Amino acid sequence: MSQRLDPLPTEWIERDRLVPFSFEGSRYTGYAGDTVSSALWAAGQRVLVRSFKYHRPRGLLSFANHDVNTLMQADSQLSVRADVTPVTAGLNLAAVNTWGGVSRDRASLLNALSAFLPVGFYYKTFHGRFFPFWERTIRKLGGLSAIDPTAPRLRTPKQYDFCDVLVVGAGPSGLAAAIAAAEAGAEVVLVDENARAGGSGSYQLGGDLDQAKQTAELIQMAAAQPRIRQHLQTEAAGYYADGWVPLVEPERMTKLRAKAVIVASGAFEQPAVFHNNDLPGVMLASAAQRLIYRYAVKPMRRAVVLVGNSDGYRAALDLAANGVEVMAVVDLRAVQVSPEAHAIRAQGIPIFSQYGIYAAETNPAQDGVCAAVICPLSDTGEPRLDQRQTINCDGIVVSVGWAPAANLLYQTGTQMRFEERVEQFVPDRLPEGVFACGRVNGVYQFDKKLIDGRRAGLEAAAYLGFAQSVPSPVPAAESESPSHPWPVVSHPKGKNFVDFDEDLQLKDFYHAAQEGFDNIELLKRYTTVGMGPSQGKHSNMNALRILANINNKSPQVVGTTTARPFFHPVPFSHLAGRGFTPERHTPLYSRHLALSAEMVKAGLWQRPEFYRQSGFSRADCIRQEALNVRQRVGLIDVSSLGKLELRGPDAAEFLERLYTGRYQSLKSGRTRYALMLDESGVVMDDGVIARLGPEHFYFTTTTSGSSRIYREISRLALQWRFNCGIVNLTGARAAINLAGPRSQQVLSQLTSADLSAEAFPYLAVREAEVAGIPAILMRVGFVGEWGYEIHVPALSAPALWDALMQAGAADGIRPFGLQAQRLLRLEKGHVIVGLDTDGLTTPAEANLSWAVKSDKPFFLGQRSLAIVGQRSQSKTLVGFTLPASFTGQPPEECNLVIDQGEIAGRVTSIAFSPSLERYIGLAYVPPAQSADGTSLAIRNSDGAMIPATVSSTPCYDPDNRRQKESFLTEAV
Amino acid sequence: MPLRLLKFGLVKSYPESRMFRQRDRLRPTYDAVIIGGGGHGLATAYYLAKDHGINNVAVLERGYLGGGNTGRNTTIIRSNYLTPAGVKFYDQSLRLWQALSETLDLNLFYTNRGHFTLAHTEASLRTLRWRAEVNKHYGIDSEVVDPQTVQAACPHMDLDCGGAPVMGALYHAPGSIARHDAVAWGYGREADRQGVEIHQQTEVTGIRVEGGRVTGVETIRGAIATPKVICAVAGFTPRILDWVGLRSPLKIHPLQAMVSEPMKAWLDPIIVSSSLHVYVSQTARGELVMGASLDPYELHSTRSTLDFAEGLAARMLDLFPFLSQAKVVRQWAGMADMTPDFAPIMGKTDIEGFYLDAGWGTWGFKATPICGKTMAETVARDRNHELIREFSLDRFSKYALVGEKGAASVGH
Ligand SMILES: Cc1cc2nc3c(=O)[nH]c(=O)nc-3n(C[C@H](O)[C@H](O)[C@H](O)COP(=O)(O)OP(=O)(O)OC[C@H]3O[C@@H](n4cnc5c(N)ncnc54)[C@H](O)[C@@H]3O)c2cc1C
Repeated sequence: MSQRLDPLPTEWIERDRLVPFSFEGSRYTGYAGDTVSSALWAAGQRVLVRSFKYHRPRGLLSFANHDVNTLMQADSQLSVRADVTPVTAGLNLAAVNTWGGVSRDRASLLNALSAFLPVGFYYKTFHGRFFPFWERTIRKLGGLSAIDPTAPRLRTPKQYDFCDVLVVGAGPSGLAAAIAAAEAGAEVVLVDENARAGGSGSYQLGGDLDQAKQTAELIQMAAAQPRIRQHLQTEAAGYYADGWVPLVEPERMTKLRAKAVIVASGAFEQPAVFHNNDLPGVMLASAAQRLIYRYAVKPMRRAVVLVGNSDGYRAALDLAANGVEVMAVVDLRAVQVSPEAHAIRAQGIPIFSQYGIYAAETNPAQDGVCAAVICPLSDTGEPRLDQRQTINCDGIVVSVGWAPAANLLYQTGTQMRFEERVEQFVPDRLPEGVFACGRVNGVYQFDKKLIDGRRAGLEAAAYLGFAQSVPSPVPAAESESPSHPWPVVSHPKGKNFVDFDEDLQLKDFYHAAQEGFDNIELLKRYTTVGMGPSQGKHSNMNALRILANINNKSPQVVGTTTARPFFHPVPFSHLAGRGFTPERHTPLYSRHLALSAEMVKAGLWQRPEFYRQSGFSRADCIRQEALNVRQRVGLIDVSSLGKLELRGPDAAEFLERLYTGRYQSLKSGRTRYALMLDESGVVMDDGVIARLGPEHFYFTTTTSGSSRIYREISRLALQWRFNCGIVNLTGARAAINLAGPRSQQVLSQLTSADLSAEAFPYLAVREAEVAGIPAILMRVGFVGEWGYEIHVPALSAPALWDALMQAGAADGIRPFGLQAQRLLRLEKGHVIVGLDTDGLTTPAEANLSWAVKSDKPFFLGQRSLAIVGQRSQSKTLVGFTLPASFTGQPPEECNLVIDQGEIAGRVTSIAFSPSLERYIGLAYVPPAQSADGTSLAIRNSDGAMIPATVSSTPCYDPDNRRQKESFLTEAV
Repeated sequence: MPLRLLKFGLVKSYPESRMFRQRDRLRPTYDAVIIGGGGHGLATAYYLAKDHGINNVAVLERGYLGGGNTGRNTTIIRSNYLTPAGVKFYDQSLRLWQALSETLDLNLFYTNRGHFTLAHTEASLRTLRWRAEVNKHYGIDSEVVDPQTVQAACPHMDLDCGGAPVMGALYHAPGSIARHDAVAWGYGREADRQGVEIHQQTEVTGIRVEGGRVTGVETIRGAIATPKVICAVAGFTPRILDWVGLRSPLKIHPLQAMVSEPMKAWLDPIIVSSSLHVYVSQTARGELVMGASLDPYELHSTRSTLDFAEGLAARMLDLFPFLSQAKVVRQWAGMADMTPDFAPIMGKTDIEGFYLDAGWGTWGFKATPICGKTMAETVARDRNHELIREFSLDRFSKYALVGEKGAASVGH
């Protein structure tokens, strides 16, 4: 049975476009332009969901997404707000959190038990032995929507935008503000969460379409104004520092940076508290008015209208003008003399002044209201039950007051003050660049809202230097308060709900206060008021009034809870955006893939772990790569190393302060190991520093440290005021390490530089062309063989790689990956910072004291080292080996060294050495156990104890001859 | 339904009294004054009275009970730390937690869910193994597990994690969550019952020190004489240390979190990924409580940032792509008092009678019971409790840090 009205000039629906959808398994048809709620209500569906705790039937309340009375699920679309979600063809909806459907919810048993479930009941019991059982039960009952684990990831684009003035809310005051600011010359963005602009101007009409016409004109003016861009169906979800406002639209999030913000977000209408105030059919007046004027839906046939302000009279006129039989207007206040009251009386509608609704009565089907029980109120607001009377109706319309939609204002840092005149919090001190107008500013009458909006628009424009005009004064006070101070009538049976999301009744607040939760924040946390998905939009104000009443304090003193983002909940997809995982590739990435490299993540970098050879295992491949370096020649892409260049008169001195070694004395053309500590003397990073000229250095950092070290060095250069410039070349340059006894032979084919040991000795650096590419060559030996680290411009790296591969073909050149490199350096006992050190390792512990020149005047961490040095050292890094005969599961990195049942240290590196044909590794042990030949016990993860022996490093080529002397003549 | 609830339905007037009494006046003297009515301050008060019979004690709180980090935290409770000192300490805390609802006779919703720390790189897998080995050594249930085990415990997780596949995880079976506010209320109520006075809206504005010893505190409601002051104010610690001239390396960084709409239970364990900077658990109400790492800069503020919510949401979808259309309700922040070694600062100080409980950064909720217990003993005996000896303030000048960074950075 359709409840549609005849076509109205204000309606948003398109009657020629039918939209079929289903709800709880039944089919429905709405019109394009309908929301889910309006379409269902039009079809006569009254029970839309079940309440969270007691599973009571619920219908429309705010019809504005200020409650979760209409929270639904559409397959994998969770928590659909039926109030504001457009119907679309094929939508398949169900109420959330029911046990057997919305009409026969088995969990409604909880409603009968509610007397035993007082506020916070779950804190008082269920603990102890059976808690796991109770917890399972509670978890089953809790929660609203149910996830669909197969739902796909949505990749929602993000957009950035800028404007002079952002106006939040396109109601009368927001429209007026936007127009005024734009006319003054500002670029304006106007947002509104509704599908169309106009706000209350298009539906709170008092039975007269004239105001809707004025609003329509404003909408047209705004649309015609070229400096206004409108975003409808868009929520300003929060306000963040520096004018950042995320605008959440159905398809995307726009991050808007506004120079000024005008908050014209209006007010949330508030429910009245009486017995059964949650029955389907009891709704806020603004909900009924929106049903009528936007969707041409008759909200009910016969209504009782509970009012506490003149808005209520206008709502009654709207109802009466649209075919609803208004049985009575029940006014919480004393007799009113106003044009609206006059108009009501003129229509023969009885007005009960200083009356309240004591209870709503439920119909036999238990799915809606069938009567209102009203009674006079004493001067203190007590119901005089002896004079109560029952009025039959199928709907109760409530208009007792408002709460400012000030969430955004609070987030801007606005100080709000409770203004008794309008019974509402209003902005007291606005931060610079933030303006407010309309209801959020305590201005309610249509004409005054326009004036106030214009004032805010001009003020914002003036603030930005567009308008010189003195803003017009704030409109005079309202003649009456739009909100009633105490829209509450108690009832011995309770079920007079304050928070509909959380099923909180009036008595819950008194009980919570009785238990000591009589501070607004504690009250919120104990009762959970305002903690539901609508975050208190319809409940915080009444909760505050109740607490103020309990404490006998003013709302100002009671205060509000903190307003935080978001205004309405925001989908993960919108926040996440398209989503990507950043990854860095060296210029040689495609070469590695072509060579079947297995890539591994090293920080953000993708690096070859090893190169797969068909027919060989991973371990075999790594072993072959390592042996090839030892016996012939290999090359590895080390482009991910941090690469920095330092120039200037103070460069050497600066390095000397940053690093532990000496660099003033380093000769041009030479390199030196570089170790950096933090201020507490802990090993932070290492690399190689090459001096290319008197005031010119080129140096490397670890892969993982590169950006951090660059940042830290830049900071220190500024702080210490050194005259030198730092350039981060990490991305601009690539580097290849060519190593092995035949490396000189291979390189000699590509360069005219003199590579002889005399002309280019170990640890020297040269600038020369390699394969026609300008390069920096360093003779360093991390892997313990004769070798060159060749640094070239990134774009030339593939050419260099190809040239080396080609030149080395005859010598058996092979690329090697990270695993082989780790193994080779382990054979040499070289420490990898971050692997063999941790967040507290000192140089002495890692056997790096040789690199620390403590007698320098200053270096980072020096003072700390001196203090630490006075303590006895508790651990030291040693090499160890497993017996050659060891088979079975070797220890892993970070397995513990155990001594007499206690933790003595840990393994930091371990690998099988093909050169030594046994497992070798590095481990921390107490200094007393660090002598060569000491037996260690390592505990595997499975508990097995593995015997090992301390052995001095390097275990391969102990005299380091291979990296220094040419083996060109040696046969393989 | 439990019998305990029967009384609520059967009696006429509501049968409960105040959990913490309202005191009109401050006394002129107390045996001890605790600054900070968070979990730590209240627990210390409770154990002082309960274990040591010292109940002439005032807890002074500038706002409301639990309104600091206690009421903002994401409530992960675990003991799988990295250093022996840390592991032993948190293990004792866990033992107290397991009986705490009954001790305080308040259901704290302490629920044992199991805790997975995911590794997406070899390096993090290594650190996790280190933790597992140290943990096992001290009898703590921790093990490195493979991706299949993670999948079995959390069938809906996408192990590919948006391109950073899970390589393994540290599984810590005792990992739990609890209802944070209730912990403050429970300790508050029991402390009150033991005679401790709790004063909310009572900000301390100064500390009196004469001749190197504490003699009293000043508050917005007047001065109080006391020989012992316990400072448990988390993010406010630096200003209080300034008053008494103590130096610490504490730095205050904002730590943010956010919560989703309630959904039907689908996530049992607590999932942490330090590489992705995300952790999440699902409350009994069905909300997902999510967090990430610290804001990278020092700031004395509890404002929220959009990029935090954006980054965290993206990482959440890496783990759980199907949540795309689920919604985030609210975000918030606390002020974390960070030490360089990610271990706390506890115990006596150079000022006689001034006891410090700070440096709890992002990880102090789980320590609430053991902090209360050990601080109470430390105050009662004027000697640092054995379990907290390594956490003293002077470790920084002595370079005897307790390196928990690897275990504490994102996991909380
Ligand atoms: C977002 C977030 C997530 C976290 N997640 C976890 C987690 O998962 N697991 C975990 O173990 N820990 C976590 N933590 C850390 C944990 O919350 C804190 O370490 C812990 O709660 C500290 O408790 P507290 O009692 O010491 O401090 P608080 O609870 O902050 O209490 C200190 C109190 O001191 C009061 N105060 C300050 N100055 C004064 C004064 N001058 N006079 C009177 N009173 C004063 C404050 O108002 C405050 O109430 C998290 C923290 C945050 C912010």
